[in-house]
Amino acid sequence: MATIYRATPAEPAEASRAVKRRGRNKQRTGSSAPAHRHDWQLGWLLIAPAIVGFVFFAAYPLIRGIYLSFTTFHVLSPPKWSGLDNLKELWHDDVFWSSLRVTVYFVGLSVVIGVLLSLATAVILHRLTRSTVIRGLIILPFLISGVVAALVWAWMLDTQLGIVNNVIEKLTGHTVMFLGSPTWAIPSVALISVWKSMGYNAILLFAGLQLIPGDVYEAARLDGAGEFQIFRRITVPLLRPVLAMVVILTVIGSFQVFDIVQVATQGGPANASLVLQMYIYNKAFTQFDFGYASTMSLALFAMLIAITFMQLRLTRANEADTN
Amino acid sequence: MSIALTAARRTSRDGRERRRFPIGRALAWIYIAGVLFVTIFPFYWILRTALSNNYALATNPSSPLPVGFTFGAFERALGLSSPAEAAAQGGSGASLDILLYLRNSIIYATVLTACVVFCSALAAYAFARLRWRGRNLMFSIFLCALMVPGILTLLPNFVLIKDLGLTNSFAGMILPGALFSAFDIFFLRQFMLGLSTEVEEAAIIDGAGKLKVFFRIILPMTAVPITTLSLLTFINTWNDYFWPLLVTNDQSVRPLTLALAVFKQSSPQAAPDWAGLMAATLVAALPMLLLFTLFGRRIVNSIGFTGLK
Repeated sequence: MATIYRATPAEPAEASRAVKRRGRNKQRTGSSAPAHRHDWQLGWLLIAPAIVGFVFFAAYPLIRGIYLSFTTFHVLSPPKWSGLDNLKELWHDDVFWSSLRVTVYFVGLSVVIGVLLSLATAVILHRLTRSTVIRGLIILPFLISGVVAALVWAWMLDTQLGIVNNVIEKLTGHTVMFLGSPTWAIPSVALISVWKSMGYNAILLFAGLQLIPGDVYEAARLDGAGEFQIFRRITVPLLRPVLAMVVILTVIGSFQVFDIVQVATQGGPANASLVLQMYIYNKAFTQFDFGYASTMSLALFAMLIAITFMQLRLTRANEADTN
Repeated sequence: MSIALTAARRTSRDGRERRRFPIGRALAWIYIAGVLFVTIFPFYWILRTALSNNYALATNPSSPLPVGFTFGAFERALGLSSPAEAAAQGGSGASLDILLYLRNSIIYATVLTACVVFCSALAAYAFARLRWRGRNLMFSIFLCALMVPGILTLLPNFVLIKDLGLTNSFAGMILPGALFSAFDIFFLRQFMLGLSTEVEEAAIIDGAGKLKVFFRIILPMTAVPITTLSLLTFINTWNDYFWPLLVTNDQSVRPLTLALAVFKQSSPQAAPDWAGLMAATLVAALPMLLLFTLFGRRIVNSIGFTGLK
């Protein structure tokens, strides 16, 4: 079944390409409508701003970033080619590996908790109500900045005066150092991050659920399927493309977490919450080691690409089970 | 099994809205209520703290209502109170010139949003409606830019802005994001491809130029997606932290989000002015909350749309 499914799309693509080619030839032989004759000037004129932006602030920095990661560069003097020295340094840099561990831990927590919570919220909301007001309230945290989210939670999780710790103290008799202890720093930051993005993901998944035709559910119910069975056999498989997208977006976003960490813990205590992007920032802007910082960005980029492709493969993100 | 079947038959007869599991339904509502509570409570707590007296906060930290009700924290945050008054209410010596930062944020987010959405609309029109050689190639190249994450281009972009001597200026903050956004172009092009061409063709037969068609016909017809995009871009830019952190270190151009973080870091670790901080936080979040009350429905509905493309 799966093999057949994968084999077929190639043909229409081939066919449409052929049609396009034929179309283009026709255009070249001069049969294009007079209305389009002067389009090329206007076309290039209209995309000129976008091209300038693309070349100067996307393509050139990309190439320059890759180049800089093989140099020694301290901003004030011009970059000096140093080959693979940065990579060797990276290999022996304990702080890099520890920040990578911290980041992966953070990403794991945010993805698992965040996706499970938003999936549950989306599915339950979808069964209960179409209310735009409730969905609006749920995405409220998405609209505020990570700085604001981190500030509020830093206050609420404060060991002495924070409301969360006050409640915990009343219930258990002792307090938890959420942001100040090495064990709790990363889970707490992940919690803030989940709080901020959960609603947004839930609304994405909700939109995905709305695409599933209602008669599939009705048929399942007529066949006697229970709520859980319906969820497992129908909702999850049919939602898979959207679910995979939410997972990928969460992974990519969490790997680049910065503002929440900087405001809530500043990477502390003792590097316990020093995430990769923060280490890159510190290298570049407190030690002015731009070459090495670029190498680390390149490594992060390589990891993101690898993870994205792996996920697309594993989840077969662009196809639902039935189509 | 047979119970499930009869239940299923009953629901199908009574219509879909009749539920089989009132307990399950109640639990589901409790779950949603819990989610809503956790989502909204921090916003209430910002307000409650901001209206409290910072000294009094310590005496009754878990009171659900403001402790020692006062607008002092807002006065401190807006720089209206004298240092003596501020100290009397537990303010730290640090002050935050919020009105200045608010102005900076408004300039930064508004100019960037207006520029990038306009440039993207121009490019989207060229991709959707004009025929020119290299169009498909350019479009594929632009799409590739969607894949490159910020982290890889941010450092080199900073070096570029620094080489251009534009650090600590609005131009330096705005320029890199003002001209090109692959996502915006893609989004608007998809929408324009779906528009009917009849009106345009009629206008062209009447002698209107392509540029006139764009401004008089296409732009008004894409008003809805353009508003959506502008909203999302504005929110993202307003909340942006990393890029302004790289290119500014002068308070004359610093946006509010960044100033807030710096303010937090400069307030004393031992006894921070939480009331003042929360008042400042509220002022920083207010424009977003305002946008939300005005356009909430549209934002909610557009998230599904933009996310799924």
